[in-house]
Amino acid sequence: MTTPPAPAAVVDSLGKLCPIPVIELAKHIGDIPVGAIIGVLSDDEAAALDIPAWCRLREQDYIGEGSAADVGSDRGRLYLVRRRR
Amino acid sequence: MTYLDAASAEPLHPAAEQAMVAALKDGWADPSRLYGAGRRARLALDAARQHLAEAIGARPDELAFTGSGTLACHLAVLGTLAGRRRVGTHVVVSAVEHSSVLNAAKEYAGEVTTVPVDRLGRVDPGEFTAALRADTALACLQSANHEVGTVQPVAEVAPRCAELGVPLFVDAAQSIGWAAAPKGWSLLAASGHKWGGPPGVGVLAIRRRVRWRSPLPEDEREGGRSPGFENIPAVAAAAAALTMRLDGIGPEAARLSAMVDRIRATVPALVPDVEVVGDPAHRLPHLVTFSCLYVDGEALVTELDRLGFAVNSGSSCTSSTLRPSHVLEAMGVLSHGNVRVSLPVGTTDTDVDGFLSVVPEVVRRLRAVAGAEGL
Repeated sequence: MTTPPAPAAVVDSLGKLCPIPVIELAKHIGDIPVGAIIGVLSDDEAAALDIPAWCRLREQDYIGEGSAADVGSDRGRLYLVRRRR
Repeated sequence: MTYLDAASAEPLHPAAEQAMVAALKDGWADPSRLYGAGRRARLALDAARQHLAEAIGARPDELAFTGSGTLACHLAVLGTLAGRRRVGTHVVVSAVEHSSVLNAAKEYAGEVTTVPVDRLGRVDPGEFTAALRADTALACLQSANHEVGTVQPVAEVAPRCAELGVPLFVDAAQSIGWAAAPKGWSLLAASGHKWGGPPGVGVLAIRRRVRWRSPLPEDEREGGRSPGFENIPAVAAAAAALTMRLDGIGPEAARLSAMVDRIRATVPALVPDVEVVGDPAHRLPHLVTFSCLYVDGEALVTELDRLGFAVNSGSSCTSSTLRPSHVLEAMGVLSHGNVRVSLPVGTTDTDVDGFLSVVPEVVRRLRAVAGAEGL
């Protein structure tokens, strides 16, 4: 298994309920270049479903989960998205 | 108010009200007693059982009344596990069964195999039957899904279940009242308030050949399958509602199905970034579900209520557990901004027009408030 690549930017959505993590992802995906990766840090269970669904609807690449600890968080899950367009 | 939540409860059918009032006068006594009032109560109970058995495609002695559809599901799972303990304690369920079935299996089966669904919420029949084993006590597959309306391939999995001798439990709570029960069930559950009966009437049908033992203390009522004094007025009302409703339900289902097609086509045309979920063709006639990107489901339901439309939502913010609906999760579809519209019998084009006229503006406003416009 390969280690997921490090994100170029991280959106901190801890403590926020869906759809806010998805809205913040949509607002910030334009901040990174095409091909780079953005991480969303969230402790809302719906994010595990809604971030991949957003990627499908928006034609972005959902890569999977990274490690929240690697971006300095002791809680939440880190969802990784590669900007495709 | 325009009521669009028939999948939770259909408004009481006028025939149910009449039957209930009559049975409160004539069917209040103990049906197991031999005096006149008891015999009259027994007649009312037997008549209701006969009518419901006919409507469901069962024999009257295969039918027991319970206090709810949920309890019927619990008894179906627990009683089959108890009756088939020697065979094994393995249970097969689809991932999108009602929570009453999933929880009963999770808490009482030795092992549960959960069969996934596709993006439309449908189980693959081959995958379902491949999960059956020599030690499988029970297989559970709903007739149609309560949240997204997708019809499941019950008739397709039934022959293989029969071949292997595994009883097939069909939770038909969402489809009885719209269509005949799917063929091939061994146990079946239904719920009176889904077809215009009063709340508090569950139906549990168990084929005679199924080895089933009550998981509850022995009680002689309802053939030993459902304990306690029968609620005859409610049962009589549920039977009257189903009999009256099934007369002419075909054209009514077709009429509502065309309305659902219209909602399925119009909502994504009027509202940007909407995902209509569930099977577009193999579905319940009256139910449609969609999710609106960047919208809070609770706010959506509250706002629609304020404008006079009663709908339900599977979004996590509308549940007490803050978990998204297990059905939407199993399908892998967007869970926030979710709305389930289920049309009761008699819904008019004007009702649907009214709903379609408010949704775009409500969604636009909620997106603006959340700062999500134009994302």
